[in-house]
Amino acid sequence: MNMDLVVPIIITLIGASTPILIAALGELVVEKSGVLNLGVEGMMLIGAVVAFAVTYTTGNPWLGILLAAAASAAASMIFAFLTLSLSANQVATGLALTIFGTGFSALFGQAYTGKPISIFRSIFPEALATHPLWRLVFGHSPLVYFSLLLVVAVWWFLKKTRAGLILRAVGENDLSAHSIGYSVIGVRYAAVAFGGAMAGIGGSCFPLLLTPQWAERLTAGRGWIALALVVFAAWRPFRLFGGAYLFGLVMTIELYTKASGGTGGVPSEFWAALPYLATIAVLVLISLRRSGHSAAPACLGKPFLPTN
Amino acid sequence: MQFRLEKRAEPSKAMLYLTPIGAVLLTALVGAIIFSLIGYDGVRAVREIFVTPILNPLKWQDLAVKSAPLIIIAVGLAIGYRANVWNIGAEGQYILGGLAGTGVALLTRDFSGPWILPLMIVAGMVGGMSWAFLPALLRTRLQVNEILTSLMLTYVAIQLLNYLVIGPWKDPMGFGFPQTRMFTADQLLPHIIPGTIVHMGVPIAVVVALAAWFVMSRLVFGYQIKVVGSAPNAARYGGFSVNRTIWMALLTSGALAGLAGVLEVAGPFGRMVPSFPTNYGFTAIIVAFLGRLHPIGIIFAGLAMAVAVVGGEVAQTTIQLPAAAVGIFQSMMLFFLLASDLLVRYRVRMVGSNRVEVTP
Repeated sequence: MNMDLVVPIIITLIGASTPILIAALGELVVEKSGVLNLGVEGMMLIGAVVAFAVTYTTGNPWLGILLAAAASAAASMIFAFLTLSLSANQVATGLALTIFGTGFSALFGQAYTGKPISIFRSIFPEALATHPLWRLVFGHSPLVYFSLLLVVAVWWFLKKTRAGLILRAVGENDLSAHSIGYSVIGVRYAAVAFGGAMAGIGGSCFPLLLTPQWAERLTAGRGWIALALVVFAAWRPFRLFGGAYLFGLVMTIELYTKASGGTGGVPSEFWAALPYLATIAVLVLISLRRSGHSAAPACLGKPFLPTN
Repeated sequence: MQFRLEKRAEPSKAMLYLTPIGAVLLTALVGAIIFSLIGYDGVRAVREIFVTPILNPLKWQDLAVKSAPLIIIAVGLAIGYRANVWNIGAEGQYILGGLAGTGVALLTRDFSGPWILPLMIVAGMVGGMSWAFLPALLRTRLQVNEILTSLMLTYVAIQLLNYLVIGPWKDPMGFGFPQTRMFTADQLLPHIIPGTIVHMGVPIAVVVALAAWFVMSRLVFGYQIKVVGSAPNAARYGGFSVNRTIWMALLTSGALAGLAGVLEVAGPFGRMVPSFPTNYGFTAIIVAFLGRLHPIGIIFAGLAMAVAVVGGEVAQTTIQLPAAAVGIFQSMMLFFLLASDLLVRYRVRMVGSNRVEVTP
């Protein structure tokens, strides 16, 4: 196989998978704590626009990512306050957060439309990545390495640490966790903030990694795909990694068929619709295999109402 | 002095109806502050968005025309939300309704007669229903979450629309623009008030809301929806089929979103264009909540939201407020409303802090 042809395809695939992987890992932690935040898409858009604006203004992508995470985490606190402190409906509040994020990013990004930034490239020396195979190891943006580390970190946190155990307990049986003396609301606030920050970093991948400019609704529904992936992965980080790369593959096919012009008689709109159709297909497959018994955290989406 | 929350024995009716008004007022107040902070004339922005459309009689016809699709879609969504069925893909069902109506219009181009428009409307409702069919099937058969499936289908609907207007349905005389032919006179909604843009869709919206009110408050189906939504176990004991309720809720909301779609394409648009998806399907979600999921409340909420939509357009031209600003106002309205839900269920009591704790 031709190395010069395959390596760029793999690099495109990794680029397409990275934002949904990061955002979905954040949402996985949120859902493990028993909270369903449908605002991922909105928080990703906030992260995308903040990352772009900061990188454009300061020229420092690291600062861009940091402030994107902070901005999206701040936005997630609106959701947390409404659903956790005021026990508002999580579905409706999450939707409102997405509408808010879409509006905010469009308003804030207006001044930046049509302005270019440079892609946030590998931090390793150029010389390391001359051979195609070495490019696969050293040729990525720091965001890609971050996403891979995050898979392991989330797995390790949930499975191996005491804090992760408490978080899972809160998501599986909030009343018991409360009666042992853990702060259910506190744990959930922290989880939602983490999910917000990760959605922000995931969103920052769009201007920093994929298309180095700002456009309204830049994330094009990737936040919703991230939500579907968490279900697909049955709330397991490593399966989430596989799922994200599966979707990256579908999106890479879309990109390459569009670029090559020839789509074999199939209209290009079909390829554009494919990731969304694939999401539905995957949701069907997963529920066929599961046959009745659900892997979802028991308290997912339910408000915590201690009887006092 | 400190505040304490006490659960009410019964949800407060007064709070239920007062809080949406409070949410709108708070949105105006906070909106004015926020937009002033980011460098716009905040007070003027709020005045243009919330007051100008009401005071200017020339804008009233716009309010009627913009509120009609919002009311029709929101009435359908509210039926589902009451049953705990979360159809958030109304935008896709709205597009399919418009496409199905357009399909009939293109097929009947060489015919004339009063039967064409009703046929288009029926096709639109079936089109919307077809886009809700898959989420309903997957939810009832395989427990697949309808939130994600209905939303994913919205993105598919947008691509289908693009494909049709760029490809097979493109107007051959259209100078290459991606749009269909203009509809013929028999395919366009009649205007009910001469000299205005107010079309048949406006009275249809009111009839839809009234019919839904009757069904929800007087018929067994309405009762079934409420029981399945609030107490699924009780519903099962009562012999109500949860799955049938899900089917009915999703198909009804799909059909109504499709109805809104065909009324839009046969009304204000007059042909199918790529800019047909105008976010009515998403805005209607806010309308449904603002109207307290009650058909009559939704009429008022639809009008209020239409004020914001029309006002947003006014503010774009008069003070160069970006179109996206309206989205921020809309989401703020929903945030405040959801926050105020607490007041419906709880009572805020002031508790004196000078209570003496006696320890033995």
